[in-house]
Amino acid sequence: MPKRDDINHVLVIGSGPIVIGQACEFDYSGTQACRVLRSEGIRVSLVNSNPATIMTDPEFADATYVEPITPQFVEQVIARERPDALLATLGGQTALNTAMALHAAGTLDKYGVELIGADIDAIQRGEDRQRFKRVVATAGGEVPRSAVCHSMDEVRATVAELGLPVVVRPSFTMGGLGSGMAHTMDDLDRIAGSGLSESPTSEVLIEESVLGWKEFELELMRDRNDNVVVVCSIENIDPMGVHTGDSVTVAPSMTLTDVEYQRMRDMGIAVLREVGVDTGGCNIQFAINPADGRMVVIEMNPRVSRSSALASKATGFPIAKIAARLAIGYTLDEIPNDITRATPAAFEPALDYVVVKVPRFAFEKFPGADASLTTTMKSVGEAMALGRSFGEALQKAMRSAETSMPGLWTRPDPENVSLQASLESLRTPHDGWLYTAERALRQGATVADVAAASGADPWFVDQLAGLTQMRDDVAGATVLDRALLRRAKRAGLSDRQLAALRPEFAGEDGIRRLRHRLGLHPVYKTVDTCAAEFAADTPYHYSSYEDETEVAPSDRPKVMILGSGPNRIGQGIEFDYSCVHAVAALREVGFETIMVNCNPETVSTDYDTADRLYFEPLTLEDVLEVYHAEHDSGTAAGGPGVVGVVVQLGGQTPLGLARALTAAGLPVVGTPADSIHLAEDRGAFSKILSKANLPAPKHGTASTYAEAKAIAAEIGYPILVRPSYVLGGRGMEIVYDDSRLQSYITRATDISPEHPVLVDRFLDDAIEIDVDALCDGTEVYLGGIMEHIEEAGIHSGDSSCALPPITLGSGTIATIRGHTEALAHGIGVRGLLNVQYALKDDVLYVLEANPRASRTVPFVSKATGVSLARAATRVMMGASIATLRAEGLLRPHGDGGDLPSDAPIAVKEAVLPFKRFRTVEGRGIDALLGPEMKSTGEVMGIDAAFGHAFAKAQMATYGAVPDGGKVFVSVADRDKRAVVFPVKRLADLGFTVYATSGTGDVLRRHGIEYTPVRRHSDEHPDPALRDAVELIGSGELSLVINTPAGSAGVRTDGYEIRSAAVVVDTPCITTIQGAAAAVMGIEAMMRGDVTVRPLQELHAAMDAASPTRHRD
Amino acid sequence: MSPKRAPAILVLEDGRVFEGEAFGAVGETFGEAVFATGMTGYQETLTDPSYHRQVVVQTTAHIGNTGVNAADEESRRIWVAGYVIHSAARVVSNWRATRGLEDELAVQGVVGICEVDTRALTRHLRSGGAMRCGISSLDTDPKALLAKVKASPSMAGANLLDEVTCAEPYVVPANGQRRFTVAALDFGIKRNTPRRMAERGIETHVLPASSTFDDIAAVNADAVFLSNGPGDPATADHQVAVLRELLARRIPVFGICFGNQILGRALGLSTFKLKFGHRGINQPVRDETTRKVEITAHNHGFAVGLPSREHEHSAVGPPAGETAAGAEFDTEFGRARVSHICLNDNVVEGLSCMDIPAFSVQYHPEAAAGPHDADYLFDRLTEMIGDNISA
Ligand SMILES: Nc1ncnc2c1ncn2[C@@H]1O[C@H](COP(=O)(O)OP(=O)(O)O)[C@@H](O)[C@H]1O
Ligand SMILES: Nc1ncnc2c1ncn2[C@@H]1O[C@H](COP(=O)(O)OP(=O)(O)O)[C@@H](O)[C@H]1O
Ligand SMILES: [Mg+2]
Ligand SMILES: [Mg+2]
Repeated sequence: MPKRDDINHVLVIGSGPIVIGQACEFDYSGTQACRVLRSEGIRVSLVNSNPATIMTDPEFADATYVEPITPQFVEQVIARERPDALLATLGGQTALNTAMALHAAGTLDKYGVELIGADIDAIQRGEDRQRFKRVVATAGGEVPRSAVCHSMDEVRATVAELGLPVVVRPSFTMGGLGSGMAHTMDDLDRIAGSGLSESPTSEVLIEESVLGWKEFELELMRDRNDNVVVVCSIENIDPMGVHTGDSVTVAPSMTLTDVEYQRMRDMGIAVLREVGVDTGGCNIQFAINPADGRMVVIEMNPRVSRSSALASKATGFPIAKIAARLAIGYTLDEIPNDITRATPAAFEPALDYVVVKVPRFAFEKFPGADASLTTTMKSVGEAMALGRSFGEALQKAMRSAETSMPGLWTRPDPENVSLQASLESLRTPHDGWLYTAERALRQGATVADVAAASGADPWFVDQLAGLTQMRDDVAGATVLDRALLRRAKRAGLSDRQLAALRPEFAGEDGIRRLRHRLGLHPVYKTVDTCAAEFAADTPYHYSSYEDETEVAPSDRPKVMILGSGPNRIGQGIEFDYSCVHAVAALREVGFETIMVNCNPETVSTDYDTADRLYFEPLTLEDVLEVYHAEHDSGTAAGGPGVVGVVVQLGGQTPLGLARALTAAGLPVVGTPADSIHLAEDRGAFSKILSKANLPAPKHGTASTYAEAKAIAAEIGYPILVRPSYVLGGRGMEIVYDDSRLQSYITRATDISPEHPVLVDRFLDDAIEIDVDALCDGTEVYLGGIMEHIEEAGIHSGDSSCALPPITLGSGTIATIRGHTEALAHGIGVRGLLNVQYALKDDVLYVLEANPRASRTVPFVSKATGVSLARAATRVMMGASIATLRAEGLLRPHGDGGDLPSDAPIAVKEAVLPFKRFRTVEGRGIDALLGPEMKSTGEVMGIDAAFGHAFAKAQMATYGAVPDGGKVFVSVADRDKRAVVFPVKRLADLGFTVYATSGTGDVLRRHGIEYTPVRRHSDEHPDPALRDAVELIGSGELSLVINTPAGSAGVRTDGYEIRSAAVVVDTPCITTIQGAAAAVMGIEAMMRGDVTVRPLQELHAAMDAASPTRHRD
Repeated sequence: MSPKRAPAILVLEDGRVFEGEAFGAVGETFGEAVFATGMTGYQETLTDPSYHRQVVVQTTAHIGNTGVNAADEESRRIWVAGYVIHSAARVVSNWRATRGLEDELAVQGVVGICEVDTRALTRHLRSGGAMRCGISSLDTDPKALLAKVKASPSMAGANLLDEVTCAEPYVVPANGQRRFTVAALDFGIKRNTPRRMAERGIETHVLPASSTFDDIAAVNADAVFLSNGPGDPATADHQVAVLRELLARRIPVFGICFGNQILGRALGLSTFKLKFGHRGINQPVRDETTRKVEITAHNHGFAVGLPSREHEHSAVGPPAGETAAGAEFDTEFGRARVSHICLNDNVVEGLSCMDIPAFSVQYHPEAAAGPHDADYLFDRLTEMIGDNISA
């Protein structure tokens, strides 16, 4: 059946901000969908509030709406665009839920919009756990026994029947939010309680536990001709009970006979048909009892999911791309397999390699959070690796994860942990359990012991045992001869691991020299969907120690782009965005682009993105080998080989390799390694500052409490302390007095003269300013100046900001420009520079400078209509800013620092994951914001006026802005006057006002009635009054306005308030500008005059303001 | 990661050498090197008589993980002449396993080789075509082995039916109530075939490949089934002759794999050797009657030539881009059509006669190993029988 001709305009809904359980895999799928639809000549409109995504780049859709993904806004887009159809199955749970709401509200019918990809009934049959169970039964399958409950009484009744433990799962939540395993009645009350509130339909499923069974997933696709293919089978090494998103997973499945696999396949297909997913992809999870093979169906996602992205990268079968084609009417046999070109997509990929995915956690960021792995997803990212054997793939994946353990044996075993203790800790699934398992084996546990304790299949445990054996062979051998080294490399051991086992080589460099002397290099195989049955057209490679390499010679000049690895807090999709743009920019000027990355969720690891894709860990060893393979094959073909290596765009991961790569003779382009060091080394950096006499907060370094105390006495409290050897704000704290300083020093272990603590004067209620700039060695181009809405002290990644700045005068802007130019030249930047300033008492202090692409690059690019990453890439390759202005890549004159006064205002708001974490006792965790970054994602609101933009950002984060209810107000003295007007407006708009006494008095004098509330830090609390934090915690409030003042006491109040608000999802405004803005936004929303506008229009308007600018 | 094993080599008739380690029985073996891409079902593959005299290269990375068990045997023994894999399992993990694969290979004297760059080997066979090879874990001198390889028999022109077929007829009863009787000519039949028929109330009388028309008639079955099997269909003149008699008498016939090639020849079509064949369980076939795609299990090195353009057939399959889809042609038994084609390369995957009750497919509806998408063909068999009886 050919493409439908009645669909000419499709609205695609994205998945919004990156949150745990819904990450950039949906940027990957959405981007593919947009590409496909447009290549089919269909007009594409897009809604996504996440500015860091590739899909929201203006060139990927005809009309790109960076607007909140709420029914209200999407309806506005529909009214404006009048699409024929809505594609919501590629935007995760967010898009699906929004589509459901639009349907329920009758919006789709009203505008005659057809939902394509999956129909409403199918979605409900798939997502509603109770209906789904009936579906499975009709399809002849088995499910865990269960009942859906709407109240705690029903819950208890059900458990009386099923017995404990049970699994508690809310309907219509994603990533297992609110779900959990209840072993005791207390667990039950706790988990089911929160579950009932998490579920949008306030229903939870109480389910028989199949804890410890083997868990599998199938990725299926169906077309409207009822052709079904299974794209991939994925086996979880972690048993049932650990969320698939938190599990180490393997493709293809390793421990099933054909009989069992086909049974699963038949069931998957039967369920898919019964659910009635008419076209597109879906994911079904199974559990199998290892004792007797009993199989139960766990759940299905009637849409493209995280696992689909994984399956696509694992097999080379682009699920989202094909789903989009199926949605517009094609059938599988009509769609070519774009890797072989010759054969159709109607087939099931055959793998001749093994794929392993490992989760990446961030528990260290959330003190107190329960770090055990459960049915609720807690990982913030993942890394994938391919190898020709399980051991090889597993070990590549382990070093790709970039945790503190870069592979087995690379760190000494923890002191005196007994075998018993090791086995005991395996009984509770935890981050890094594979390391524990391997240690237990070395301590003498049998494969059976470890399998029993961890619940992992003995086959996998034995694979670890094989590695342990390899360790002994390597450590025990008199000489490391070629045969042994080759066996070790085939088993996946990195040079670094080998170096740990053979100290005489003095580190991985020694091993590498030996390896190269023995002529041992990896070869590169190809992911071709068909196990080499047909020739592959797509250079999608992975390394392995085998005989034959498949790297095709090419005489074109090549540039390698190093990606950013697994998502983690502080280094996420924003960096992938920049890498993808580098590829585009380099292609345009005729380079052959080579992407190296190991994150399966990203657009950069789509084989359609770069000319060549190497799915490899971002370690020195792995990157060097890719370089050698590409450079040598290039020069052998008579070409120049690799002429550039881009390390500046992938965040800290590649940046950290800059020195070693340069030392190894690789052509690192852009800011040279030494200059990067200048910016990152405290001492060197302050020299640069003083030379350019730029003010920085007073600071010093100390390695004892006495020294720290002395420095504090000199520069004065409050101070900001941090270990010198960490980045990303890790371990930063604001300290107000000696006693806290002492406790910090004692807590911060391994502080030594080599690793001192850095002590800075903490700039109290200063305005923080973020700048992204471009420098070609002579000229500096300001990409954008972002004014933070929260005061300095909250990590730039966690605070909201506005671009262009809303309160800064032209004088300040000029100073910012001057400082930034001085820094760029002082450091010797060639490419991007990100600077954070703090403005206090009209002095502009430099907080830090990062000579690399920053988290804000995509935000700036979308706000100003200039692709900084592209321009930066060209600069790194030698182009001057003047040239780029002439080409139209940059504005012909002026820059992001002097945007036209009528330029739209963009507001960035951070999205925080606190809600996902619980203490072991099940209480919410401490949600304080500070100098250490905690957010997982961000949203953008853009509009002509700040208030409107701010309101949009709030709605994109919280789903809505209050249009009435209770507001709590408590502001610092300097803000008391300014707060009156906005609060008056709120009162007039019908809000009831709560306030602390000081603020309240001022309000009353201006005729605003209020209910008094007592401050949390009151020494002598008035028992008659409610406590501010308790009031917020109760969730009754619809808005909180709290501007903290200088003194420690009030500031901690502010933090308590903010965290209480975060836990209950109440919008909380911490600056007076924010308050004014919020009120403007609320008014606008209540007047209903907040409208939507596509980026294309906004950017065109800005271009018009600088007439000579032409776009290509 | 395997423990240190004896070195072994594999030599192809064109002289290319692959190094590896001994797997299964230690020794020397020869056969036609072919690759199979299934990711599950190694035990079914090993025990499939169609692999007789072939050295099977398994492209999937790990082999042996689930051991072996009696239920998954497709015949009385392992047939492959040699076995080439990448990684051998160190332990068995499956609740149905009764012993390890390597022990089984050793016990049955099957010589194998592991730790081979099977992908490089597969790519070589893809471009060079299926060819003779030898594996040795005794004498690892490539030259000596190459000489022996060159001396070994080749597959083209090989008649292997007598070597795989049953010595004596035997009966597989129907499950429950018997509805029909089918005489199955055993060219290398797999156990799952009678099983699939038994499920539909069919009693299967399995007969030796050499059976004459009278032997078959003696069963007086409702239909005759032509099984899969090894070797070159061009040599099966006796079976073709017998089949022509069956067709002439309008006795319902259903053939698979080798059976499809026999029917093709009986209808006057030619057969030819595919360059490297179809061996896998992910092959897309379109049923031209329903236009639906099924994912099917294949194991064939030969195929039936396209009716319209037989003469144009080279050894590398049908003319590029040409599709046989639904092509109709005349035979001495009336009109017939190409009922199924492989979407990967347009190879004829099914024939059906329009004037007499006979049809066949080139692939494996019994699917062991493989997806069950083509199971419906056994229903077509019972329908055909039903219609024929009522007619
Ligand atoms: N009945 C059960 N017994 C034990 N563990 C379960 C059960 N059901 C689900 N789980 C575990 O919980 C995880 C999440 O459940 P799932 O149904 O996949 O929800 P979601 O993926 O929507 O968060 C699964 O990956 C599985 O490990
Ligand atoms: N001297 C200071 N006074 C006030 N706030 C500061 C100071 N130094 C850092 N901060 C705050 O801490 C945050 C993180 O510090 P920064 O130096 O940017 O580390 P990172 O490498 O994590 O970005 C900044 O965004 C800022 O809000
Ligand atoms: Mg799930
Ligand atoms: Mg910073």
